[in-house]
Amino acid sequence: MVNVIPSEIRFLGTCIFIVDMLCHVEKTAEAMPSSDWTPFEINRSLPPERADIVIVGGGVMGWSIAYWLKQKEKIREGVRVLVVERDPTYSQASTVLSAGGIRQQFSLPENIVLSIASADFMRNINKHLSVLNEDPVDLQFNHSGYLFLASENVAQIMEENYKTQRYVGAKVALLSPTQLKEKFPWINTDGIVLASYGLENEGWFDPWTLLNAFRRKAISMGVYQCFGEVTGFKYTTNSMNTAEGNKLDFQRIKYANVQMPNSLEYQPVECAIVVNAAGAFSGKVAEMMGIGLGLKDTIAGVPLPVEPRKRFVYVVHCPDGPGLETPFLIDYSGVYFRREGLGGNYIAGMSPEEEEPDTSNLEVDHQFFQEKVWPRLAHRVPAFENLKVKSAWAGFYDYNTFDQNGIVGNHPLVNNMFFATGFSGHGLQHSPAVGRAIAELILDGGFQTLDLSAFSFQRIITQEPMLEKNIV
Amino acid sequence: MAKTSMRRTFRLVPLLAATPRHWSSNPGAPPPLQTRLLLYLSHRFHDVETLLSWIPWLKSRGVRQKNIFYGYTQENFGDNVAAAFYILSLRGGFRFAGQSEWFRSNKRGKFSWDFINQRDATIEEVDASNTLINYTGLENLVKQKSLRTLSLCGCVEVDDWFLSRLHVFQDTLEELDISHCPQITVGGLASLRNLRALRRLDISSLPKLQDPGLVAILLEEMLPQCQVTAFGFDHSLTYSHTPTDAQRTESVQEQ
Repeated sequence: MVNVIPSEIRFLGTCIFIVDMLCHVEKTAEAMPSSDWTPFEINRSLPPERADIVIVGGGVMGWSIAYWLKQKEKIREGVRVLVVERDPTYSQASTVLSAGGIRQQFSLPENIVLSIASADFMRNINKHLSVLNEDPVDLQFNHSGYLFLASENVAQIMEENYKTQRYVGAKVALLSPTQLKEKFPWINTDGIVLASYGLENEGWFDPWTLLNAFRRKAISMGVYQCFGEVTGFKYTTNSMNTAEGNKLDFQRIKYANVQMPNSLEYQPVECAIVVNAAGAFSGKVAEMMGIGLGLKDTIAGVPLPVEPRKRFVYVVHCPDGPGLETPFLIDYSGVYFRREGLGGNYIAGMSPEEEEPDTSNLEVDHQFFQEKVWPRLAHRVPAFENLKVKSAWAGFYDYNTFDQNGIVGNHPLVNNMFFATGFSGHGLQHSPAVGRAIAELILDGGFQTLDLSAFSFQRIITQEPMLEKNIV
Repeated sequence: MAKTSMRRTFRLVPLLAATPRHWSSNPGAPPPLQTRLLLYLSHRFHDVETLLSWIPWLKSRGVRQKNIFYGYTQENFGDNVAAAFYILSLRGGFRFAGQSEWFRSNKRGKFSWDFINQRDATIEEVDASNTLINYTGLENLVKQKSLRTLSLCGCVEVDDWFLSRLHVFQDTLEELDISHCPQITVGGLASLRNLRALRRLDISSLPKLQDPGLVAILLEEMLPQCQVTAFGFDHSLTYSHTPTDAQRTESVQEQ
């Protein structure tokens, strides 16, 4: 057979064979341990190179948005969603450190409506978040209601709030001190003029279960999860002049740099939209885009007013304390407590009035309990005079320093960064409804079911606060 | 593409190893072959996954149909007739206030239509045992301001949210029977604190209650005038195999 092939072709074939071998040798040499190049991908924990929507923050808000985005996409794999979470252990995340309460007793109708919608979601949670062949979701929802106590100077505000709440559709009842004493004999009604009691859709639940339910369902629908930190953005800038002649820089995010934990390795993820759901650390993420770093009286100079605020939660045991009917009681002095389990344990805390604790760590200040919380607790519930502190923890609020209400919507200058942060302690209870609202903003172009335009970034630029009366 | 198929096949491994799940009556056995085959196919093909995800929705159609809002009846015949019609179509029974006759449907679901003529009679006792009553259906009953007895024995769809809605009957409800309801937990029982007039409460055989004895005591403290019945629970002491603190300190001292 070999004799049939002409000698020129045989010569050509041998040359090609030799060149191929030489190249092969070069590549093999490069693949040796001492060289830089490798034909195989080493780090599988890197996020994909391209994603349509990058959600910064893997708390309950981030995963709720991811779920609703996948829920609302019209075709399968219509949007590629990536959720980037810095800490896989969730050691500093506000979601898991929260007391887990949900209430409708707000003064702003938007907040009340958000809570009602979220409670409806939680009632039908298995219709929304059940995954084929997995266990159903059990939120361990305690329907014990919230009880707000008002002294003389805030009773008027409580009555107005009650009217708003009933108008919007929350099931709340007002109680006089005598009715209060009859319902809850363990309360000391000294100083109380009026009490507001939630009858339905109020109570507390397990935030970790809700987070994992959202996460499990979102991942089953194809959301990408990456553990890494967003350290910067690459963006393009378009300058325009307003009618008055002022220069405005419109920025558009092109890449989000996701850095791997304990490593300098990062992946620039090319994205169309970035959602800032980083909770207490959203301010830092916004600074990476230069939001707030412009000149003082311009739009670019208005920072995202969200900063972490540390709050303490103490677990106490009281043998003769109030029983199964204990609601989530919030006193006018700022102290609150709720029942935890059936063994006489309670969870108590208080918003600090004068100085804010240091936010560089999550250390608990036990002096605060001894000096501030316990006297007020014992005054309100005499049985709490003999209690023992079993445990305590601290968590961050994503505190909106401007008006303590959430910021929902995109930034006017950075058009493809959406905010879902600044809820100052109410993020968990509003997360299902806010997630749906952000998904509607992104995919439908505007709010469809609930109009949350009152929570847009615009109010921070025009300095018109949407203040909530009586927050904790 | 590779990532999604990898994510999908990853779930194959425990499946093919036939880890036991709670399959109908026999919790220890692996699932039957056809179920395992269907799950394997649902991991490989989107169509099968979508079809299988429709099954719970189809199953819940029956419950939703039973619990629709009887708006037409309410408009034309009044709230009481609507509530009565709703209970009868659920295959439950009721008794009007001031009368001693019970209205029920027979085994085939037929009932007499006499209740239509009594537009002003409010319902006093409702027997909705073993029916598909749920939270949305309760909308039909909330206007009954003189409801005294409510029996929900063995209702599969009654859960904690249903119990939290019973506060609308807080002044009049005297007897509540929620035995054998598989979805009720302590969180829902805590919401019964609003029922001031409750005299008899039956919480027998609730499978999701972990500490039934303790819960019964706490309920009696919460509702002092109410008599709580809790049969069907195993109140015996469970023996743990870990040494108690006394035994542990003894062994340390010996050393």
